[in-house]
Amino acid sequence: MAMSGAPLLKSDAAPAPPPSFRLPIAWVAAGAVFVLFWLYAKPVWPAAFEYPKTHVVKLAKWISAAMKWLIDEASFGLFSFTDFTRFVSAVLDVPYTLAASLLSTGFLEGSGSSAIQIVPPLPCVAVIGLVMLLGHWLGGISLALLAGGCFLFLAVFGQWTSAMITLASILVAAPLGVVFGLLFGIAAWRWRWVERVIAPVLDLMQTIPVFAYLVPVLFLFGFGPTAAVIATLIFATPPMTRIAILALRAVPSEIIDLGNMVGCTDRQMTWRVMVPAARESLMVGMNQVIMLSLNMVIIASMIGAGGLGFDVLAALRRLDFGAGLEAGFAIVALAIAMDRLSQAAAEKLSAPAAGNQTSGLVARHPHLAAALGLVLITVVLGYAVPAIHTYPEALQLSTGTFWSEVVAWININYFDALEAIKNTMLLNVLIPFKRFLGDLPWLGVTAFLGFAGYRLGGWRLALLTVCLPLFIAVTGQWEKAMITVYLCGISAAIAALIGVPIGILSATRDRIWSGVQVAIDTLQTLPSFVYLMPAVMLFRVGDFTAMIAVVAFAVAPAIRYTALGIRKVDPRLIEAGRAMGCTEWQILTRIRLKLALPEILLGLNQTIMFALSMLVITALVGTRDLGQEVYIALTKADTGRGLVAGLSIAAIAIVADRLISAGASHTRRRLGLE
Amino acid sequence: MTTPEARLVCRNVWKLFGADAAAFLAQHNGRPEAAAIARAGLVGAVRRVDLDVHEGEIFVIMGLSGSGKSTLVRLMSRLIEPSGGDVLFKGENLLKLSQSRMIEIRRHQMGMVFQHFALLPHLTVLDNVAFPLDIQGMNRPAREARAREMIDLVGLNGKESAFPRQLSGGQQQRVGIARSLAVEPEIWFLDEPFSALDPLIRREMQDEFMRLQTKLHKTIVFITHDFDEAIRLADRIAIMKDGEIVQAGTPEEIVLTPATSYVAEFTKNVARAKVIRTRSLMVPADSGSVEGPVVSARSTIADAAPLFLDGVAHLGVTDDAGELIGRLDRETVVALMLQG
Ligand SMILES: Nc1ncnc2c1ncn2[C@@H]1O[C@H](COP(=O)(O)OP(=O)(O)OP(=O)(O)O)[C@@H](O)[C@H]1O
Ligand SMILES: [Mg+2]
Repeated sequence: MAMSGAPLLKSDAAPAPPPSFRLPIAWVAAGAVFVLFWLYAKPVWPAAFEYPKTHVVKLAKWISAAMKWLIDEASFGLFSFTDFTRFVSAVLDVPYTLAASLLSTGFLEGSGSSAIQIVPPLPCVAVIGLVMLLGHWLGGISLALLAGGCFLFLAVFGQWTSAMITLASILVAAPLGVVFGLLFGIAAWRWRWVERVIAPVLDLMQTIPVFAYLVPVLFLFGFGPTAAVIATLIFATPPMTRIAILALRAVPSEIIDLGNMVGCTDRQMTWRVMVPAARESLMVGMNQVIMLSLNMVIIASMIGAGGLGFDVLAALRRLDFGAGLEAGFAIVALAIAMDRLSQAAAEKLSAPAAGNQTSGLVARHPHLAAALGLVLITVVLGYAVPAIHTYPEALQLSTGTFWSEVVAWININYFDALEAIKNTMLLNVLIPFKRFLGDLPWLGVTAFLGFAGYRLGGWRLALLTVCLPLFIAVTGQWEKAMITVYLCGISAAIAALIGVPIGILSATRDRIWSGVQVAIDTLQTLPSFVYLMPAVMLFRVGDFTAMIAVVAFAVAPAIRYTALGIRKVDPRLIEAGRAMGCTEWQILTRIRLKLALPEILLGLNQTIMFALSMLVITALVGTRDLGQEVYIALTKADTGRGLVAGLSIAAIAIVADRLISAGASHTRRRLGLE
Repeated sequence: MTTPEARLVCRNVWKLFGADAAAFLAQHNGRPEAAAIARAGLVGAVRRVDLDVHEGEIFVIMGLSGSGKSTLVRLMSRLIEPSGGDVLFKGENLLKLSQSRMIEIRRHQMGMVFQHFALLPHLTVLDNVAFPLDIQGMNRPAREARAREMIDLVGLNGKESAFPRQLSGGQQQRVGIARSLAVEPEIWFLDEPFSALDPLIRREMQDEFMRLQTKLHKTIVFITHDFDEAIRLADRIAIMKDGEIVQAGTPEEIVLTPATSYVAEFTKNVARAKVIRTRSLMVPADSGSVEGPVVSARSTIADAAPLFLDGVAHLGVTDDAGELIGRLDRETVVALMLQG
């Protein structure tokens, strides 16, 4: 498909008008055919509008049956599949229990409510101190204060126990995710066939919404923190794998030659040459894995991860905004601390260690020594002074009631205004659009997508853009898929309407841009759960609330890509524009925006991906789309239903992604940027 | 002159990039024409190369960008598998060796210096230089002692605990040189070692390189795209174009009798006196028959000329052992210098 522009022009140059003219005509014709079909075909061919129920393929049932077989009967000779899953859980349970005991529950004797604590967990002062020492070692005093402040916040606002449970899950899942991702990455780098197998799996895993992972994990590993750790691992490993492959590929070929010339064996080549040479990029991956783990651990509260995610979830179910918001703030504090610490770690560990000549164990490792001392002293003192051990309840602040009151106040004073906004949007935009999409013939939509795929990327893309919608229709999900498209489409559109102008305004003003950048960076480190709380508080459950949360989550990439695209425009072109006497407005519209268009399209693509992934989470506030389908499957542990719905969401994501990417590279070619 | 022993021999070596290159080569009896290669959509990076590198000489491969130099030197060390042909190292066909034997040879008998230095960013200068020894499994004190010796040799004392990114380009390449010499290789490959350096530093590094070679007498394959560098350093030069060697010979042969117009284009602006060595212009003479100052048979005329300023009519010419082997007359030198 990699045709270069020149021969393409030559082959059909003579009579045909230039491509920029030909294109709209074909599109308009296809659009007209589609509209005619939509308006007049219904009486003649109803099956094209509503997929016949009798022909629905019961894929969900089959998958569920297969899973059941897997659990009940499948066996590998010596041991059954259930033995295998039990074994995995048991293995992961060891580090998790250790981390959780150390940080939160203490070491217990016995189980359940009759358990007796034999050794208490680490004192909260010790944990805060350790975090500060870590911050100091990695990034100096300011990082120490920031990290310590975030953890102190957890203690002061009474979120300590939950936060430590969440932290324990991350401490187990993130390192394992890094290790597995690295190993997969190395395997893919070393053996081509591994890469061929892994690449499509990675692509798919990136688009399947997180909830969909939870269902089979819940089914296979049961409800509880270990299952949550497994789900987190499955979620966080693919990005690390991807980063590892890219990082290893980016190692200069000379370094590989060097490894061979000094006579490295394969193993030496991997561990002594490649991995160290790639470690800067690998460290970036580590940061990402930690942040993804945090996001997932929060979501995995639905299958028993406990911790802060559970608090938010429980608060949502009770509609207790105060409690939910507090837990939400705690998540934000934890996220900021983990993000800054892991970023500093990445920087510190990828820069070569300075030679340390001082002798003596303590002198060489002052931070380690201080940490050990701190733990010893606080543990001993903790027995004598309880305040050192657990942050005294009397000093805890609870903003829960405060926030509940704020919400109540807002609702009393602005209820009408908020309702009015909500209803206007619902009546004038959301509902009509939903009806419109629901009305469309699935066959016509599929055909039109196929046409778009063909125009933008050739028959291969067309095949994809026909088959995936067909999958949705054939498995009987068309209606729910259209609701998904409607919510996602509107949210992405609004996010773009907000994000693109902000991107344009901030791109050319350095000072504003650096502020905006910090804001969107922070927004992106927040787990998606956090976005739900404020929206629910103001607008209660429903499509509009979901939309607000999705917009808040998805606006960051729209801003980022727009601004980056504009900032990337060659300054010489701008100068040339000025020299020709363009006004600022002309420079913006004729030069900047035009050249940044491919980038903006990619940003739109990301916005849609973000919106889709958030949409599934908004199932919690009662939408009726595929996300809800996954959520219901989750509560019923119905693997087939969850997976099919998850795959359908992935199908939507893939179609949108491929079409927009093809469109972007099409535009780029037309602008001569490629 | 006795013919020196050939250390490294390439026989009809080919490297075609693209699908099924070996099959294509076999179809064309191992000698396809350039047009056929292009038609098949392959890249003929190295074509029908025959050459031998002698013990203790500096063999320079010169060619413009994309002429296949890097590919050729990687074929010689079997970093790349040739599409066809043989590479003999000390009589052993490298292409037939097992992987473990190849590792053995690379560990103990080959060294390579890279254009972009290829230093490991996470290791100090000392650890970088000791790295090949570490890979061989040498213990720490032994390898560090050896590495320090090498660092001394290239004049980097005091920088042992610096990291590559803290060094200048010239210093980094000194580390690369020290590292490649740490294993005492029998053949030393240098792929454009000085191309990434500023002209002044490059000049300094060339001198340094010559100083090392007079000490070490390695067998060297040196890659460059700079003709001046080639004639400065080479005992023999092979000139490459589009993957083929168009001419191979001593700098004098190449300058005096360029084989093609392509070669002549390079030699056009080269001052003869800087290329021609005293050995080629001297009249044979018996030891003791010439009085006065002497020059080495390896020096160029340009180097010898200043000695005539004292008014002597001829110089004695000595071989590497310091024995007088000939006489260089003032008139011959003046005649050559006047030609330019
Ligand atoms: N892995 C490869 N795949 C395909 N073609 C290659 C590959 N490596 C080199 N080539 C081609 O082989 C030819 C010779 O490349 P080579 O790197 O040997 O040139 P060079 O003389 O070292 O050039 P330079 O001075 O730029 O380093 C070039 O046309 C290059 O494009
Ligand atoms: Mg090269």
